[in-house]
Amino acid sequence: MSTETLNDAHDSPDGHDAHHDHHIPKGILRWLFTTNHKDIGTLYLWFAFIMFLIGGAMAMVIRAELFQPGLQIVDPHFFNQMTTVHGLIMVFGAVMPAFTGLANWMIPMMIGAPDMALPRMNNWSFYILPFAFIILLSSLFMDGGGPAFGWTFYAPLSTQYSGDSTALFVFSVHIMGISSIMGAINVVVTILNMRAPGMTYMKMPLFVWTWLITAFLLIAVMPVLAGAVTMVLTDKFFGTSFFNAAGGGDPVMFQHIFWFFGHPEVYIMILPAFGIISAIVPTFSRKRLFGYASMVYATASIALLSFIVWAHHMFTTGMPVAAEMFFMFATMLISVPTGVKVFNWVATMWRGSLTFEVPMMFAIAFIVLFTIGGLSGLMLAITPADFQYHDTYFVVAHFHYVLVTGALFSIMAAVYYWLPKWTGKMFDITLGKWHFWCSLISVNVLFFPMHFVGLAGMPRRIPDYALQFADFNKWISIGGFAFGLSQLIFLALIIKACRKIGEPVSDQVWEGAEGLEWEVPSPAPYHTFSTPPLIK
Amino acid sequence: MSEQPGSKSTAEKPNLSLENERTEDAQIPKTRAQLASENAKTVKKLVFVVIGMLGFSFALVPLYDVFCDLTGINGKPSNEAAVYESVVIDESRTIKVEFITRTHSGMAWEFSAQTAEIRLHPGEMGEVEFYVRNPTEHDIIAQAIPSISPGIAALYVNKTECFCFKHQPLKAGEEAIMPMKFYVDPQLPKEFTFFTLQYTLYDISATVQPAVVAMDNG
Ligand SMILES: [Cu+2]
Repeated sequence: MSTETLNDAHDSPDGHDAHHDHHIPKGILRWLFTTNHKDIGTLYLWFAFIMFLIGGAMAMVIRAELFQPGLQIVDPHFFNQMTTVHGLIMVFGAVMPAFTGLANWMIPMMIGAPDMALPRMNNWSFYILPFAFIILLSSLFMDGGGPAFGWTFYAPLSTQYSGDSTALFVFSVHIMGISSIMGAINVVVTILNMRAPGMTYMKMPLFVWTWLITAFLLIAVMPVLAGAVTMVLTDKFFGTSFFNAAGGGDPVMFQHIFWFFGHPEVYIMILPAFGIISAIVPTFSRKRLFGYASMVYATASIALLSFIVWAHHMFTTGMPVAAEMFFMFATMLISVPTGVKVFNWVATMWRGSLTFEVPMMFAIAFIVLFTIGGLSGLMLAITPADFQYHDTYFVVAHFHYVLVTGALFSIMAAVYYWLPKWTGKMFDITLGKWHFWCSLISVNVLFFPMHFVGLAGMPRRIPDYALQFADFNKWISIGGFAFGLSQLIFLALIIKACRKIGEPVSDQVWEGAEGLEWEVPSPAPYHTFSTPPLIK
Repeated sequence: MSEQPGSKSTAEKPNLSLENERTEDAQIPKTRAQLASENAKTVKKLVFVVIGMLGFSFALVPLYDVFCDLTGINGKPSNEAAVYESVVIDESRTIKVEFITRTHSGMAWEFSAQTAEIRLHPGEMGEVEFYVRNPTEHDIIAQAIPSISPGIAALYVNKTECFCFKHQPLKAGEEAIMPMKFYVDPQLPKEFTFFTLQYTLYDISATVQPAVVAMDNG
């Protein structure tokens, strides 16, 4: 790949935004009206970080209440609101927008495009998001409180035993859905149409591939979520009986519809992570990614399989044995392409000249800890065993290993990996290492003992517990507080980086880094690839 | 996108173009107008998918009902009266049917089956009576919802008469005996020797139209 064509944003042949370089708008208006993919990426990332801190504060409330058995700090109804809104914020407010932010920043630079395909829609898809979360969060202050039925909002909890704020919950989920769908459409159109000449599909970096597949998943299942919340809305307020047995509906049908969305949703939150790890591991192994094509096929297989496994969340609803067997084996099948990925990352590191910069440390932690989460997922997939594990802390341990040490660690790895490219300065490596080690130790103190209390029968979503779980819960809470505090190191590091404090970095930043994003200057100029690069 | 999980044969040549797939990947940049029309086309297709999936989410409701009616996996017996006509009684086996009653939370009626279980041959008519009393000081309209376990047996339960086909209004303090007549289809697979039929009573006063309330209570 060559760099000659990169720095001449001024004479692009199609005249696209040719003179914006001279006057980047200043102040608040720049951010409000921006259609620049880098600005919007930054907005998404900051929004995700703020949501991460808010959702994290709710987790601290949960852990404070569970520090000791008995009810001491909050009343159970508020506790339920905390578990519900913590889940919603972390899924829809932190992880998904962070990935969308990374997509905005990196995909155009990785495929040699000047911007996202639909820049104005891009602005919209970001700016409706804060409103969704203001609505959701403000519902906590209503009479009767905010949503308290779990982020999965099972009927009849959400349709018959919920407060009036359910309407606000539904509207905020609608807005989040619209935002994600617009973001996903933008990603697909960008990747399909905006690739630089010569950037064939099988030359695209895996982050681009995994995001393309993620975007298709979003387009397929976010409308189903919108349908589900709409049915909850009409059941609760307009007298329909989609899920009301008395009116001829079926509450179990809610679970089918929800998890038809919900299972692909968990891959929406992990596929981009696979792309990030597939970018970082080769860089710091100074080797090419092992098995590029198999990575692409594995990602596609995971996405396709995700549509036929939803009922593994519903083994205890009383399905016929044949259906339970089908969903059990289909779920287990997913571990094959996932295993291919883990194998490829390890094979990439095998005999590489490894160095352990902060992004690589997070990436390796991801590989190990995500695999733990994957294995507990395999345990949960075993139908007869699931009857024991269902709705216990074992499930909580499982999905926090895949979402915190999986998705979240990958996002942090990505931020450390690309931050010097964004700011042009190396971040504070000492702080980064502190952040890594504090997070790594505390996150395991936080989530690992949850496996044990779960296997011993401690139910999830309950503000109190039996005395025999007290010691473990004390440690879990200590781990939780430590993990929460560790993120303040990350915040300090990012603020420092945004104020451009640090050593200047080269264009390539990391010695082994390959790809178009490392051929533009550091910091990445406001406009890149106004003239398409030459792809060799 | 192919579905085969990664084959090891391609693992050794990463990052190489496997095919020269699309003509627009030729080494000529697209013009702005070309790009705009391509983008519009792609957006149109994707919006179509979004609308389609939204429709699909609502289509899941009737699909679910049809699927469950065909397979009986959710244990819901038919809500329409069957006709008992030229049914051959299979005297070679006897099926035990148990009856369970419950009221939905917050529903204060007394509700019980007069017979806890009956034994009958497939094809033979069975009759059970259920007792209800409204001990509250309000008139209440109830709806009974049946559920059969194991679910598949629901396909073979034919009710010729059931209180659950209609609303059950009871004035404050009133009581009633509600009949249910049914037979088990002789096609019932051999492995079923017994099943349980459960009724849950729901208070539907609030959702039934006032006119109906007046009529039923009048
Ligand atoms: Cu799942």
